[in-house]
Amino acid sequence: MNTTDINAKTNAEAGGACFKASDFKKGQPRWCPGCGDHFFLASLHKAMAEIGVPPHKTAVISGIGCSSRLPHYMATYGMNTIHGRAAAIATGVKVANPDLTVWQVSGDGDGLAIGGNHFIHANRRNINIKMILLNNRIYGLTKGQYSPTSPRGFVSKSSPYGTVEDPFRPAELCFGARGHFFARAVATDAKGTVEILKAAHDHKGAAVCEILQNCVIFNDGTHESVYSKEGRAKNAIYLEHGKPMIFGENNEYGLMQEGFGIKVVKIGENGITVDDLLVHDAHCEDNTLQLKLAMMEGPDFPVALGVIRDVAAPTYDDAVTAQIEEVKAKKPYHSFAELLETNDIWEVK
Amino acid sequence: MAEELEIKELADVVVRFSGDSGDGMQLAGNIFSTVSATVGNSISTFPDYPADIRAPQGSLTGVSGFQVHIGAGQVYTPGDLCDVLVAMNAAALKTQYRYAKPNAAIIIDTDSFGPKDLEKAAFKTADPLAEMGIDSDRVIACPISQMVKDCLADSGMDVKAVMKCRNMFALGLVCWLFSRDLDVAFNFLREKFAKKPAIAEANIKVIQAGYDYGHNTHSSATNVCRIESKVKTPGRYMDITGNKATAYGFIAAAEKAGLKLYLGSYPITPATDVLHELSKHKSLGVTTVQCEDEIAGCASSVGASFAGALAVTSTSGPGICLKSEAMNLAVIMELPLVVLDVQRGGPATGLPTKSEQTDLLQVLFGRNGESPMPVMAATSPTDCFDSAYMACKIALEHMTPVVLLTDAYIANGSGAIKLPNLAEYPAINPPYVPEELRGEWTPYMRQAENGVRYWAVPGREGFTHILGGLEKDNKTGAISTDPENHDLMTRLRQEKIQNIPVPDVEVLGDKDDAELLIVGFGGTYGHLHAAMDEMRAEGKKVALAHFKYINPLPKNTAEVLKKYPKVLVAEQNMGQFAAYLRMKIDGFVPCQFNQVKGQPFVVKEVVEAAKAVLSK
Repeated sequence: MNTTDINAKTNAEAGGACFKASDFKKGQPRWCPGCGDHFFLASLHKAMAEIGVPPHKTAVISGIGCSSRLPHYMATYGMNTIHGRAAAIATGVKVANPDLTVWQVSGDGDGLAIGGNHFIHANRRNINIKMILLNNRIYGLTKGQYSPTSPRGFVSKSSPYGTVEDPFRPAELCFGARGHFFARAVATDAKGTVEILKAAHDHKGAAVCEILQNCVIFNDGTHESVYSKEGRAKNAIYLEHGKPMIFGENNEYGLMQEGFGIKVVKIGENGITVDDLLVHDAHCEDNTLQLKLAMMEGPDFPVALGVIRDVAAPTYDDAVTAQIEEVKAKKPYHSFAELLETNDIWEVK
Repeated sequence: MAEELEIKELADVVVRFSGDSGDGMQLAGNIFSTVSATVGNSISTFPDYPADIRAPQGSLTGVSGFQVHIGAGQVYTPGDLCDVLVAMNAAALKTQYRYAKPNAAIIIDTDSFGPKDLEKAAFKTADPLAEMGIDSDRVIACPISQMVKDCLADSGMDVKAVMKCRNMFALGLVCWLFSRDLDVAFNFLREKFAKKPAIAEANIKVIQAGYDYGHNTHSSATNVCRIESKVKTPGRYMDITGNKATAYGFIAAAEKAGLKLYLGSYPITPATDVLHELSKHKSLGVTTVQCEDEIAGCASSVGASFAGALAVTSTSGPGICLKSEAMNLAVIMELPLVVLDVQRGGPATGLPTKSEQTDLLQVLFGRNGESPMPVMAATSPTDCFDSAYMACKIALEHMTPVVLLTDAYIANGSGAIKLPNLAEYPAINPPYVPEELRGEWTPYMRQAENGVRYWAVPGREGFTHILGGLEKDNKTGAISTDPENHDLMTRLRQEKIQNIPVPDVEVLGDKDDAELLIVGFGGTYGHLHAAMDEMRAEGKKVALAHFKYINPLPKNTAEVLKKYPKVLVAEQNMGQFAAYLRMKIDGFVPCQFNQVKGQPFVVKEVVEAAKAVLSK
C-alpha cells in the first residue's frame, strides 16, 4: 500500500534542501509556562524540518483559541483566522493552490464545537490537509469553560455543578466522518509527536492528529496518566503498523481480540505468547478494530498512541484537479470568447 | 372571422405563459423570447415560480408563470400586465388573470377546465369565465390536450410524454399570433434535445400544430400582430439571465486578471443558478466547491483568496447573515473577495423565490466593528455581467471584499446581451508585491497612491507572512492592541474604501430642467426608467438617477440629489437606500416610494406615486 505524498520526500531525497527546526521558527510564544502548546510547537518545527517542504510552500491555518496562536510562531505562510473555521479556510487554500502543504491547527473547542461541522466534512471530503487537534479538554483563552471533550460531570466555571453531557471522542468523530487517517501523541512526547506529524504528512488526504496536552491553569492533570514518560510506559501503548501490540513497563502485556472486543493479556500467562497478540494494521480499510483501539482508556486499557489508522483513498483536491483536466480535454471551449460561442446566438445587421 | 387577416404593428407586447409548475411554461417562454430576439426585438423576461417544489397538480399554489416582454424599441421591464395570457389549466386562469390587461387575449386549454380542475381551482360555478367576468370574445378556448394527443397519436410515446408537449402547442399558437418564424424555435429544440431527437421532433410537430390551429381558426379573439424592430444595434446577441450573466462576469474577470476562479458556495434560492453555471465550466479551469454550509462557502473562499485565486462566494440574504463573520475576516486581512447576494424576500426564510431589495443595510452595516466594504448593485439581467466584472476588478485591485447585490427579479429575468468583447474591458491588475521589496516588506505596507496593501501569494519565496482576524501593527504586521495603532488601522481601511474611484451617477431624462428626480438603485432600473418615459411622454419634466455604485457613492451624488426641486427615492424595501443617502448627504430629505411585495414594481404604480409627489 502506498500512502506516500509526492511532497513527502525526506530532505536528502529532495536533493539537498536541508532545513533545520529553526528555519520554521518565528517570534516568542506567549503561552503560559508549561502549556502543552510549547511542546507541540517545538515538535512541529522539528517535524517540518525533517519533512523538508520549504517554509514558503507551507501554510499553517488556525482558528481562534490559545493553540490557534500557533501560526504566529511559524516562519511559513499562515493565517490565524476566526473561531471554528480553520478547516473550511484551509480547504479553500488547498483547493485553490494544491502545491502548498497545508496544516490546520485547532484546539478542542475550535475544532470540535464551533468548528465541528467543518471537521467532519473535511474528513468526509478527504481534502489533503493535516488537521492538528490540540486536545486539553478545556476552553483556555476564555478562561476555563468545559469543552466538547470534557468528561461528563466536569466542573468548570460554566459548569459549577458538573456537566450533564457526554464528550466527543475525536477518533470516533473522525471515523464516523469516514476519516482515513487518525494518529495520537502526547504533547510532552517529542519523538512520538514528530513521528505522527511525519506520518500525517506522508498520508495523502485529511490526516487528523490528536495531541493530548495539559492546560496548567484551567485543567491541570487532564492527561496525567500518560503525560510523563513513566506514565506512558505503564498506561499507553505505541501502535506501529505490522507490529504486535505489546505494552507495559517491561513489555509484559499485550492486546488480544476476544469476541467483538479487545482484551488485555499478560504474556506468558495461560500459555499466551507474542504470536497470539493482535498485530496492528493501520492500513486496514475496515476501521472496526482501529476504532476499538482508539477508544481504549484507563484504568482497564492502555491509551493508544501512534498512527492508529492510515488508509489510502482518493483526495478531494486531486479529484478536483483531475476533473478539471478531464473536462478540459473533452469540452471544446477553453476561453471566455469560446464559451460565448456555445450559446444560441443571433446576429442583428 | 375576417376573410382577410388584418396585420397590426405593435410597439411592444407582453405574453404571460402560465400553468402547473410541471407544464414547461418556462421553456415555452424562453423559446418565444429567443424567437423574438432573433428578429431584433428587444426582450425582457421574468419567471414567477412557486416556492413549493411541486405542489399538487392543478392546485392554486402550484401555478408557475413566465412573462415575456418583446418590443420594437427598447423594453426595460418584463411589463406590468400582459396582452396575452396563456392559462394551461383552471388554477392558472384563477391566479394569473390579475396580471392580464383588461383587453388581453386569454388562451386556455379547455381540456383542463373539467369539474375536478374547477374544484381544485376553487371555482364556485361551472363557468369560470363568467365567474371571473371575462368576456368570452377575448378567449381562445382550445382543446389543447386533445389536439396534442391526436397530433402525437402515431408517435409511440406514452400519455405522460405526450402531455409534456402541451406547452409547445400553446407556444405555436402564440407564435402564430405574432407572426414568429418557427424555424428558430425548431432549431432551438433540436439543439436542446440533441440527444433525444424523437422528443425534439415530437415537440416540433406540436408547435406546428398549434401554429396551424391559430392560422386555420384565425383565432377570432385577436388580430395578428407584428412587432418590427425599430432600433437595431448591429452585432451578435444572446439571451441571458441575470444569474448566468453574473457567472459569466466572474469568468471574464478571472481570465482578464490571469487568475484561477474559485467559487465556494452553498445552494440557496435564488442564487443557486450561479453555482450551477460555474460548475459547468471546468474546461475554463473554474473551481467550484459546494461546501457544508454558507459559513464554509465564504470561509473557504477567503482561504482560496489568500492562496492566490479570484475568490467568489454566492448566496442570498439568509446566507449573508452566516457569511458576515468570514466577510469581516476578509476586511481585516484585506484580501480580495466577491460576495454575491441575490436578494429575496425576508426576514429569515421569508419569500425564497420572490424579489426584494431588503439586504442593502445588512451588507453595508451588518458586521461587527468598523467594517467598510464596497457595495454594488446590478441594474438589469444583462448588467449583471458588467457589474460582476467590475466587482472583481475592485476586489482584486483594492484588496477588499466587495458585495454585489442582485435580486431574484433580475437574476431570473433575462435580456438580450451583445456578446461582450473582453478586449474592450478594462485591465485588472492586482497589487502583487514587487520583487524589490523583498526583505523589507511587511503585510500592511501600502501603495502610496491608493492605500492598498500588497498581495504576497503563498508559494513565493521571501514573502512568508501571517494574516489573521486580530488587529495588526501597521508597520510590522504583528498582533497589536495598541490604541493608536487600532485607530490608525481603522481609518486606513475606511479611507481605502472611500477612495475607490467609481463612475459618476448618470442623470437620464430631463436632466437640465426636471421638476422631479426619481432615484433608485439596482434591479429596479427598468421599471423606474419605464415610469420616467411614461411621464415624459405626458409632458412632465422628470429625470432618473439610478445608482449601481452604493459604497462608495459616486462623487457627484450630492450635486445630483440637490439639483432638482423634488426627489422621489423608489425602492423595494422600507426606505433603506433613502436612509443611507440621508446619512451621507447633509440636508437631503427625499420623498419615498416603498413596496415590499416580493414582486417587481408595477410601472403604473410608480408613475402614480411620482405624479402625487409632483402635485404636492
